[in-house]
Amino acid sequence: MNALKFAAAALVASTAFAGAAVARDQIKVVGSSTVFPYSQAAAEEYANKSGNPAPVVESLGTGGGFKAFCGGVGPDHPDVTGASRAIKSSEVELCTTNGVTDITEALIGYDGLSMAVSRKNDFAWDLTEEQIFRAVAAELPNEAGELVANPNQMWSDVDPSLPAFKIVVIGPPPTSGTRDAFVELTLHDGCDAIPAIAAIKKDNADKWNEVCSRVRQDGLFIEAGENDNLIVQSLESDPNAVGIFGYSFLYENLDKLKGVSINGVEPTFDTIADGSYPVARPLYFYVKNAHRGVIPGLEEFLAEYVSDEALATGGYLAERGLTPLSTEKLAEVRDAVVTGKKFGM
Amino acid sequence: MSIANETARPAVDWRSVEVTRFRKRRYAADRRLQFYGMGAIVIALGLLAILVTSLISTGYSAFTQTMVTVPIELREDQIDREDPFSANWRTILRDSLKKLTPELEASQERDYFALFTNNAQFLVRDQVVKNPQLIGTTVSFTFPVADPVDQLSKGNIDRNQPEQLRRVNDVQIAFYDKLSEQGAISVPFNWSLFFNADSRFPELAGLAGAISGSFWALLVCFLISFPAGIAAAIYLEEFAPKNRLTDLIEVNINNLAAVPSVVFGLLALAVFIGWFGMPRSVPLVGGMTLALMTLPTIIIVTRASLKSVPASIREAALGVGASKHEVILHHILPLAMPTILTGTIIGLAQALGETAPLLLIGMNAFITSPPAGFLEPSTALPTQIFIWADSPERGFVSRTSAAILVLLSFLITMNAIAIFFRQRFERRW
Repeated sequence: MNALKFAAAALVASTAFAGAAVARDQIKVVGSSTVFPYSQAAAEEYANKSGNPAPVVESLGTGGGFKAFCGGVGPDHPDVTGASRAIKSSEVELCTTNGVTDITEALIGYDGLSMAVSRKNDFAWDLTEEQIFRAVAAELPNEAGELVANPNQMWSDVDPSLPAFKIVVIGPPPTSGTRDAFVELTLHDGCDAIPAIAAIKKDNADKWNEVCSRVRQDGLFIEAGENDNLIVQSLESDPNAVGIFGYSFLYENLDKLKGVSINGVEPTFDTIADGSYPVARPLYFYVKNAHRGVIPGLEEFLAEYVSDEALATGGYLAERGLTPLSTEKLAEVRDAVVTGKKFGM
Repeated sequence: MSIANETARPAVDWRSVEVTRFRKRRYAADRRLQFYGMGAIVIALGLLAILVTSLISTGYSAFTQTMVTVPIELREDQIDREDPFSANWRTILRDSLKKLTPELEASQERDYFALFTNNAQFLVRDQVVKNPQLIGTTVSFTFPVADPVDQLSKGNIDRNQPEQLRRVNDVQIAFYDKLSEQGAISVPFNWSLFFNADSRFPELAGLAGAISGSFWALLVCFLISFPAGIAAAIYLEEFAPKNRLTDLIEVNINNLAAVPSVVFGLLALAVFIGWFGMPRSVPLVGGMTLALMTLPTIIIVTRASLKSVPASIREAALGVGASKHEVILHHILPLAMPTILTGTIIGLAQALGETAPLLLIGMNAFITSPPAGFLEPSTALPTQIFIWADSPERGFVSRTSAAILVLLSFLITMNAIAIFFRQRFERRW
């Protein structure tokens, strides 16, 4: 096998000289597309301030990021990965198998998931999680408590207080972390509010999970691809459509879109930070401590990422749409990152 | 209807009503066919016009950039001549910005400083580090305003909307208008779109990293696929025996030309990065992947053009005693070269627009410095468009369209060169 490998490598010898794992002088950051803009910002700021080579930031998704991050220790593997959820036990196992045992976890803030409509739409939108579930679920219980295909065609079918518009919801596809968050934070909660489905939970948790996670496929819920800008454009052209995307896209387009209040709470930085807006998720990054002192500049980059200038209220990450941590929590995170506090695995 | 039948029939009266009608029908069918063709061309041109118009209408504004000119005092007590890099540039910049608007109140500072690009301090720093003789003087620097202000100056933000719905508030608009009255604001051509690398700030983001990344990747692609493609084609055309094996190779090459590019990306990910351990995101790997895609095209074109050189030339050369390699290298190949070059350029143009394989090998990363060679991580033009299209800031909407226009103009240029080669040098036999 090794001889074969050598022969294959020799075939492209003229170009493959770069092959053998060369030490690298840029920091490598991978991970969630939601954390991507924040890692971008910290990377650019670090490169500008220090004059060192700019870190390479790649968006692989949370799962893809952990896969690369946990691939091993050494210059071939990334130093930092961003995640829109905490690391799973299966990923911790993967890391351990590949010798990545010393990592530090850093909570950097919260990301609000917002529903929004065009400003051309006059109705004052305020939905409960149950109403959202009733509008987009694949199946709902009928009066007899049996699950049938979602019969609601108009918002007024969901609740008479809502306007008589056709339901059109444009949201992220199942591959996206935003979709996971929407299902987990909105649909599951809304599901629990319906007694007939809550009853299933006791007997059959898998069935409950399936019923509460499936989104209707009859054309009223439109999967718009990973590009949130496309959803923004579709909302502008269809005033009755409701879109689902990260809060930063709503914040950038407040002149064209308005947020839908959920359970009576409007999405703003304040309501996301104090937890009163129900659809918010924590964002993390994870650092490979074995790379500290080996990859040049990694320590300084991390210090920049958790600095007050970046993460505190009014910092440049908040300007990009991140909902910041409280001062005490931030101090705790900074301490963990700077000292390289080992994540309990 | 056989000929015998035809002759057996009585003579046709060409002026009879039926025959005239028949003739009219046939002419009408001719005209209809012509109209269908013209209709198809009108539809094709119409779609092209819609594409280009929509790109230009959203993208034209990215070709200018609102700039502000600020005199900046570079005081010797603030900047160390030996080490200008580590001076407190933030304070130096802010002091000068405050002087520009003396009536500024402390509570408005945050709004006021947000008018200017976040990286202005670094732009000034880099200029001074490059020209240390500036220290001790007051120099006028011109740098971009922040993206929301740029959008305001380009009329993309409606001043009549309520304040909380705009990315620029009333205080900022008042300051902007004042700066504008003072003549500090200008809207020149946006050179930074071509000379800056990527940035998270739209006002600073440019295509330099993507253009040089694409250049290095195409260079690698050319250096691999051109010689290898020609050598393979010469062997198959001139030396290879006609048997099952060469037939199989030929079928496979034709198949490879039709394989979706994402497959080559997966192959590169597994072999170049996974097996050979080459680094991610570098143009070298990108170029090698694109070479895999371009190779079959070049082989097919080269074989066709070698075949089109008349046999008489080959025979004449052999007749005066040239050996096989002399025939090929001195006579056949030079005569076939214009067509080969045309095919190669078209193949490279295709590779330039290819996105999917580059996404898989990580050439869609965010990198704020252009690559200095083919071993440094970079993006390419199509992947840069991909990244910008997914960014929330308003300024990236027009920049995405502008980047597409730049990519299209590169493609048009390459195709024009290919056509030029064909018209100018190709020999017809």
